[in-house]
Amino acid sequence: MFNIVIVGVGGQGTLLASKILGVLAMNNGYDVRVSEVHGMSQRGGSVVTYVRISNDKPLYSSIVEQGQADVVLAFENLEALRALPYMKEGGTMVINTQEILPMPVITGAVEYPADCLERTRKACKTVEINAVEIAHECGTYKAANVVLMGVLAKSLPFSEEEWKKAITACVKPKFLDVNLMAFERGFNY
Amino acid sequence: MKQLLLGNEAIARGAYEAGVRVSSAYPGTPSTEINENIANYREIYSEWAPNEKVAVEVALGAAVSGARSMACMKHVGLNVAADPFFTATYTGINAGMVVVVADDPGMHSSQNEQDTRLLGRASHAPVLDPSSSQECKDFMKLAFKISEEYDTPVILRLTTRIAHARTLVEIGERELPELREYKKDIKKYVSMPANMIGRHLVVEEREKRLAEDANDMPELNRIEWADRKVGVVTSGAAYNYVKEAMPEASVLKLGLAYPMPRKLIEEFAKGVETLYVIEDMEPFYEDTIKAWGIPCSGKDKTGVQGELFMHKIEEKFLGAAPVGPMNTKDIPNRPPVLCPGCPHRGLYYVLGKLKLTVCSDIGCYTLGALPPLSGVDTCVCMGASIGMAHGMEKARGAEQAKRTVAVLGDSTFCHSGMTGLLNMAYNRSVGTVIIADNSITGMTGHQNNPANGKDIHGDPTTALDIVKLCEAMGVASVRIVDPFDLKETEKVIKEEVARDGLSVVISRRPCALIIKQTNKPVVNDPDKCVGCGMCMKVGCPAIIKTETGVRIDPTQCVGCGMCTQLCHFGALNSAE
Repeated sequence: MFNIVIVGVGGQGTLLASKILGVLAMNNGYDVRVSEVHGMSQRGGSVVTYVRISNDKPLYSSIVEQGQADVVLAFENLEALRALPYMKEGGTMVINTQEILPMPVITGAVEYPADCLERTRKACKTVEINAVEIAHECGTYKAANVVLMGVLAKSLPFSEEEWKKAITACVKPKFLDVNLMAFERGFNY
Repeated sequence: MKQLLLGNEAIARGAYEAGVRVSSAYPGTPSTEINENIANYREIYSEWAPNEKVAVEVALGAAVSGARSMACMKHVGLNVAADPFFTATYTGINAGMVVVVADDPGMHSSQNEQDTRLLGRASHAPVLDPSSSQECKDFMKLAFKISEEYDTPVILRLTTRIAHARTLVEIGERELPELREYKKDIKKYVSMPANMIGRHLVVEEREKRLAEDANDMPELNRIEWADRKVGVVTSGAAYNYVKEAMPEASVLKLGLAYPMPRKLIEEFAKGVETLYVIEDMEPFYEDTIKAWGIPCSGKDKTGVQGELFMHKIEEKFLGAAPVGPMNTKDIPNRPPVLCPGCPHRGLYYVLGKLKLTVCSDIGCYTLGALPPLSGVDTCVCMGASIGMAHGMEKARGAEQAKRTVAVLGDSTFCHSGMTGLLNMAYNRSVGTVIIADNSITGMTGHQNNPANGKDIHGDPTTALDIVKLCEAMGVASVRIVDPFDLKETEKVIKEEVARDGLSVVISRRPCALIIKQTNKPVVNDPDKCVGCGMCMKVGCPAIIKTETGVRIDPTQCVGCGMCTQLCHFGALNSAE
């Protein structure tokens, strides 16, 4: 059983990431629970998506709770720090090292913690990657989510072939090539 | 074949397989994706209605005329639709009718935490409560069966964690029942007192029969015997958390939330030493079970606010240590914001500058309440902006009206604003209503509406002419402004609030997310920037405070140029 939490800022493409994971697990005979966030918080707020997959224990809840996550996929540095309570002992945090300032920081009401990444590093194992830059090199910064899928692939028991099949099933044919390239760049990171 | 479906997608699939012919809905989180997915099945006639009341009436008309039909909405939508719904349970249906209502415990995207099961009981409608996407699909089919067998509309109630969870679903084929014969039946379908007295007796008899039959409906209500020390009555999302937190407990899972199966519950209660009732939201089962004289507990431990989750059950029922807070003080919050390039930003900047009292409404523009705009005084429900602004005027006089505006979106105006405006015209208001017309239903993810000239499939249709409508109601002055033109917007609003007569200002510019602006990001000249902070007042996520002034985040800026109008020093300029 694997519990994965995907955190980011509304609009960063976390929903596609959870969809790919769900399809991948389903194709490989796993039971799947994915919990998504729609509505108000999508407008630039913090978003959290849960993915649970299992081929042994039965799954009921679609929520990953505090202390249960094997992997946290963080699309942004501050959201990575915020997601620490989800982390299971010995779990891994995959971080897209991007900073997006929340409105209270933009207005100067509070400061963006400068030691964000250091605090996260101290608390758990991290894999850090500038996925936006790599995605940009592949053709579009929007494929950053799939770059992160490539990094995540090393923590999960599915073959590269199966990952690519799931990505093919989830992205528009027009954007398939750039997404497959993005996945490979993440996979070989 | 199995597919990984959202609860809402599974509801749509269930409707398709059950042979639904007509589906009407108004979008509302967490229910929106149901009708969006129904629209993909072209065999079903689907539409966006202006509001939920209309949607239920459409579904009722279709059902009475012999076609399986449905309406979908969020929990508060059923309040709007309560009028037809509470009498539809008296008239009954002909072919099956299901109203899907999605509750939002924890208020992820809602203004309250009302529990639809209570409205089901109040209206004497059966309520089904699924726990997974598979059940969403299966229960849709069962709901139509119950609807036709007991001649009543049925509520299928979801909660956010069911509607927006993806789980595996076995896909089936569509079975399309023949249209049922439509027969004129005045005693049944004409809700005059003499007729409805008889129908109320039918409702009472039917409800008793269903409650009795519910004791033997294993597809919906089932006991999962395990250790007999603890037994839990539960349903919906709560069932999932109970199964994970208390794997050893015996469970009575209620798929039919109302009416409740008394004999089955009594049998279960007798079989366990301690009985808990674990349910999201109100103590709906618990109160009834207690009223039957069966000792049980639940809400005394959890309260009614918020979602349950596994940890909460472990803590409150099993004595586990509470988990720590998710957010510590030193981690800044990230509230949702108006998008870069959002037309509402210009409007709220002007309203703030004029220091007006703003009765606002439900939509993206409610976000204008957050700092730094902080430009909203009230927001209650769809359309309340107009009624409340009018009430303020009548309570405090015309001077108050000259300091007050109502603000609501185009879709909200179509939903529940028109009658409020008519009331203002009829009762000699001198107030000002601002319609923030972004040509779309925005917050729920961009659905077409009666004012934008497109139907649910995006095909062209009649568009409401808001100007003509306002004029026909007798509004003295109707003006259109572009909220990106800050000077003009300020001038027009100033003039209209000062007017001794009712006025409407249409603040018109399409949603930034649908027009995909291709402008280059605004250019910042740090040499000219004096750090006055004027541009920060609009709360744009692309303008970031620095030690000496501001910088523009090029990954966020869409080049709308609104901020260039605010800089008196020429430090912010649109790109060449």
